[in-house]
Amino acid sequence: MTDSSTVASPRPPSGPPAPAPKESGPAPARPRSERRIITPEGVPLAFQLAERGERAAAVLIDLVIMMLAIALIALAIVFLFGRVGVVEVGFGVTLLTSFLIRNFYFIYFELRWQGATPGKRALGLRVIDRKGGYLRPDSIFARNILREVELFIPLTLLLIGPGEGSSAWINLLTLGWLSVFAFMPFFNKDRLRAGDIVAGTWVVSAPKTLLLSDVAAEAKTATGSTQAVDPDYAFTREQLEVYGIYELQTLEDVLRQRGPQTEETLREVTRRIQRKIGWAGDEAVDSRRFLEAFYAALRAHLESRMLFGERRESKHDRKPPPGGRAGSDST
Amino acid sequence: MSAPLKSYEFRREREASWRELEGLVGAAEKSGLKSLPADQLLRLPSLYRAALSSLSVARSISLDQNVVSYLESLCARAYFQVYGSRSNFFEGIRRFFAYSFPAAVREALWPVLIAAAWMILGSLVGFLLVQHSAEWYGSFVPVDLAGGRDPASSTESLREVLYRPGDTAESLYLFATYLFTHNSKIGLISFALGFALGVPTVLLMFYNGLVLGAFLALYDDRGLVWELAAWLSVHGTTELLAIVLCGGGGLVLARAIIFPDQYSRLDSLARRGRAAGTLVMGAVVMLFVAGLLEGFVRQLVTDVSTRYTIGGTMLAFWLIYFALAGRGRHYGDD
Repeated sequence: MTDSSTVASPRPPSGPPAPAPKESGPAPARPRSERRIITPEGVPLAFQLAERGERAAAVLIDLVIMMLAIALIALAIVFLFGRVGVVEVGFGVTLLTSFLIRNFYFIYFELRWQGATPGKRALGLRVIDRKGGYLRPDSIFARNILREVELFIPLTLLLIGPGEGSSAWINLLTLGWLSVFAFMPFFNKDRLRAGDIVAGTWVVSAPKTLLLSDVAAEAKTATGSTQAVDPDYAFTREQLEVYGIYELQTLEDVLRQRGPQTEETLREVTRRIQRKIGWAGDEAVDSRRFLEAFYAALRAHLESRMLFGERRESKHDRKPPPGGRAGSDST
Repeated sequence: MSAPLKSYEFRREREASWRELEGLVGAAEKSGLKSLPADQLLRLPSLYRAALSSLSVARSISLDQNVVSYLESLCARAYFQVYGSRSNFFEGIRRFFAYSFPAAVREALWPVLIAAAWMILGSLVGFLLVQHSAEWYGSFVPVDLAGGRDPASSTESLREVLYRPGDTAESLYLFATYLFTHNSKIGLISFALGFALGVPTVLLMFYNGLVLGAFLALYDDRGLVWELAAWLSVHGTTELLAIVLCGGGGLVLARAIIFPDQYSRLDSLARRGRAAGTLVMGAVVMLFVAGLLEGFVRQLVTDVSTRYTIGGTMLAFWLIYFALAGRGRHYGDD
């Protein structure tokens, strides 16, 4: 926290939780749980693998729904058939429906809802094909048939206990062996359970991201100008060369924050940036307006460099200065 | 400095189409693609492709993280709608029976034959052992499965089981569903255990054979084997075939792990696992049919030759179906 490199970072020293990871080095690498599929159009799409906890929660929700459904149906059937006086037919129907629900609940919903079940939907999870094709019905069959050994048999053993007459050692062995299936997602980096392996699927989390207003656009509307630059704050090329993409996006996060301490943070960030770039102008500026202007200018600068194939990932990313093209984006 | 903010212009020009796509996808997620009117449904793919191309462009020109991650998430959601499992439920079922299932069986011919061989071997061993010494019977056949049929039973009572008239329709119904759920569970397990290199699958097949052989030996001892076979054949041809298919499915998984060919084991499993899943799904349906035959037809039809006719017809039906239905199509042709 005391070395000089962090001082320039547009990260507040105190106040609201910092939006950026600790190290202020190059842009963070892709998280380990990110997976890419190539759509048939040839565009890679990134997905985050679902957390194991999320998946467990989704399964729990589904199990509760299934049990409730079975219990309700059983009650209704026994009641109805009991009235008519054919209880045994009622038992048969109950047995059959509970079998159908147990084995086809997941299959039905994953077929109908494009790889989601009520539990998965509640947690924003989905099943996708690992190769990026469409999710095929046979994948759904295969991954859910394996639930029998992965989920239902271990559960039955745990809840109801083994059948009579089997020795404790055998039961222990069985349970241990079945646990290999039950805990398989913990032993591979793709968090695949046996069913996913066989079906060639991933379970990913697919959260919705909202389209927020463009921070750079706010810089313009603030002054009513149609240019990307706030005329009150002009930055020289050298001043814009100080930062890279990582700092730009951290600044974006800072500017999107809304909280009780935002003003404090903005002032602090403004002071640091002004010191770092050697701001010669008035120091008593409106922090938000200054930062929005700086953001817009920096983004325009970095994006125009990017068009020439130079991505400057962070302030530590020292590429040779763009010699001959110097005039391309300056006045 | 007056560099035009290209990413801003880019967003302004396309935002309307992103928003439109977002609305469509939201509606489809909420109440299904079918709820969309036809004209909107037609717009979906082109809006999706436009959003994808926006995403590619945004990745290379825009440094606005919110726009990029918004487009990532929008494209992913639209992708699910456009490339989600596209089957109409009933059309899917028709295709399943018209060719997916028989094609999967033909593809898995050798594993299925191996599973069948283990079951036959088991029944031979069971038969010979019990014939040699009736004490083996108790160690092969669990008490609840035997249902009072053991070497101590009189020939009369053994015969009676074969011709017991259906007491009441109700108890038969219960019996049929019980058998169906029980057998399906065995089938599903013997498939799923293929994952453990197929060893448990093979053992299950062998054990099933042992039980069968023990029964045959017991009835053979009393000279009733011909009639037992008639009794068994009504549902047994369907049921044993289905269980053998499940075992074959399990061996397909085992083969994919042990001999992955040129693929990685993971890819190999994913390639073969789906076909095996189809195989087992079909086998469960067969077990359902077997349960009906077992619960209703078997107890209602007591004539030996009629029983053989029914059993033989079912067997012929399945074999012809597997050999001919959807012939010329390989598994996975769509």
